[in-house]
Amino acid sequence: MSERKLLRKPIQAAKQLGEVMRDYFYRMDRIAKGEEEGRIAWCTSTGPGELLQAFGFEVHYPENHGAILGSRRVAADYIPLANAIGYSPEICSYLTSDVGCYLKGETPLSQAYPGIESVPKPDVLAYNTQQCRDVREWFEYYGREFNVPVIGINPPRGMEQVTAANVDDVVQQIRELIPPLERVSGEKFDIDRFRESMRLSRECSELWGYVLGLASNVPAPWTFFDGCIHMGPAVCLRGTQEPVDYYRALKEELEQRVADGIAAVENERFRIYWEGMPIWGKLRALSEQFSELDSCVVVSTYCNSWIFSAFDEQRPFESMAQAYTEIFINRSEPAKEVYVEGLVREYKVDGIVFHDAKTCPNNSNSRYGMPQRLQDKLGIPTLTLDADLNDLRMYSEETTRTNIEAFVEQLEDTKEVRSG
Amino acid sequence: MSSWRIRKRLDLDRMASLDGSYVGGLDCGTTTTKAVIIDGTRRILGSCVRKSGANLLESAETALEEALSSAGLSADQVRYIVGTGFGRRSISFAHQTKTEISCHSKGCHHYYPEAITVIDIGGQDNKVVKLDSSGRKSSFKMNRKCAAGTGAFLEEMAYKLDVPVSELEGLARKSSSGTELGSFCTVFTATEVLDRIRGGEKLEDIVRGLFNSVAKRILEMDRLTGRVIISGGVVAHNPIVAEIISERANIEVEIAPHPQEMGAFGAALFAAESVAREAGEEDKLSVARR
Repeated sequence: MSERKLLRKPIQAAKQLGEVMRDYFYRMDRIAKGEEEGRIAWCTSTGPGELLQAFGFEVHYPENHGAILGSRRVAADYIPLANAIGYSPEICSYLTSDVGCYLKGETPLSQAYPGIESVPKPDVLAYNTQQCRDVREWFEYYGREFNVPVIGINPPRGMEQVTAANVDDVVQQIRELIPPLERVSGEKFDIDRFRESMRLSRECSELWGYVLGLASNVPAPWTFFDGCIHMGPAVCLRGTQEPVDYYRALKEELEQRVADGIAAVENERFRIYWEGMPIWGKLRALSEQFSELDSCVVVSTYCNSWIFSAFDEQRPFESMAQAYTEIFINRSEPAKEVYVEGLVREYKVDGIVFHDAKTCPNNSNSRYGMPQRLQDKLGIPTLTLDADLNDLRMYSEETTRTNIEAFVEQLEDTKEVRSG
Repeated sequence: MSSWRIRKRLDLDRMASLDGSYVGGLDCGTTTTKAVIIDGTRRILGSCVRKSGANLLESAETALEEALSSAGLSADQVRYIVGTGFGRRSISFAHQTKTEISCHSKGCHHYYPEAITVIDIGGQDNKVVKLDSSGRKSSFKMNRKCAAGTGAFLEEMAYKLDVPVSELEGLARKSSSGTELGSFCTVFTATEVLDRIRGGEKLEDIVRGLFNSVAKRILEMDRLTGRVIISGGVVAHNPIVAEIISERANIEVEIAPHPQEMGAFGAALFAAESVAREAGEEDKLSVARR
């Protein structure tokens, strides 16, 4: 067998990405240590961060911390500690690995950023359960630990369409967050500050959507796996200027790649959709395997979930309610199918990989027959991988590799039929 | 035979032309390694099944050597080798690798050139593959990473029951319907089995119950449509599994020829295709199809 040497094409903007994230973590650390004025809020990754920023909070995202634990393949070291205090191994492994890490008094940030000894202690925690119940339970745990307020939004779930009544409900819930935030921050709510945060968040979101969309070019200039790395600013810093500047730089670089016909995967033969959570500890391995098979994962529901098209600073409450309630994870199966179908066509996808994440039922969309329905409707193969976002004890290396390899062999068969 | 010697003997520059040369398939599974040598008419000339053990490359080399010996051939007469199975990437002297999903499909389609469903029950994984009449995969399913319902499950249960694996089939045939085991998990099933023994159930009913359990795991993987063909080591030694699947699904289930070597045979067919493609002589290989 001949060994193929993979030509990695590093994204130059990654250096700037590293700086943006480094500054973000050190800024929070200085605030937490009292070296810089400010307050810390913890927030779920899909809002309502912009409202917290309007009160001057620096925002920490436990889900981001969970993803770092996953990427560094240390989650399984910490999960048992959370299990031992009653948090089941069946629930969100972001939650259990993050709580276990806290119980052990550690953080992977210490290795990446010398001097940081812990995640910044919160003054308040704000959740949005449009993703799942687990985020609330996660935040309630820390509320008890740190004895700080836990506030949040509990929107209607699983909607076919987001109605005006749904939006009104969520607007009301967002408004109800203001008094406790005024108490914790000691500041009066300033609508202009909120509008500014929403404006910057909209700009970030538009740029993020644009750079992701560049992968609809053939060949794709970057992959889902790249997107998982480069989404950090869109998750953690949207609502500020930094991600806007960063994604402008990334946009320029990727546009140049498109103009030059530079492919993320040499000899791109197959274009794949990734549905579901990333397998954080296997991003590189999976990226390399798909590359070896001349297959490019060009689009994902996951990365696209941080495109908030509805944001409008002129209607900050309503548009925030709309944007955060209408996200994919919070929709009915038919609505999700329409969404996936649209992206399959837009990105000229040859096959869909569903990740059934053991501890994330809310973001595993293979469990109610969707792969079969989409396969029948779109005439493209689907594959379901059984794994997990963080808990690599749920991951079988060889089974996953064989499944992916067999899937590409099936794509070869399918393409043969199409080309007649 | 060391791998460098195999590689040296397989040096393509020194190979004979397509006519009169041979190709091989090696299926390096979790439990056994299978080798098959075929000629240009796709006839099996030699084969071997042996334990995979810890050193997969060594097992593959030995299996190939034994298959060559049974064919009365030497390594330098083999022009191309395709590796498959769990350990396919360990077969460093193979010219190409393919998944066992494709190889079992390829092998079965050779014998049944129509739309079929292929069931492969292996040492640690099960597959259900649907093929169209051209042999192209329209879908495939593999069991989850759990080995419940595979050969490893039967081996573990035989050990717990202190019955040689080779006697399971005979015991099961003494039972008319068998017991129903409720657990998914191999470990929990073992506990359940011990409980049944204590409860006075007959050994043959419990053993048939184990095969019932294997059949259930298969039937929950996918719907079985079209002509259903079953391959793999489990059914080679325990054809009762095919009968139970057939009874439970109310469909006819046929056991493929040489079911345990089907993956290696499919790999050899891919090898033959590669040789033909290289030589631009594909037509020379399109004979002897059933």
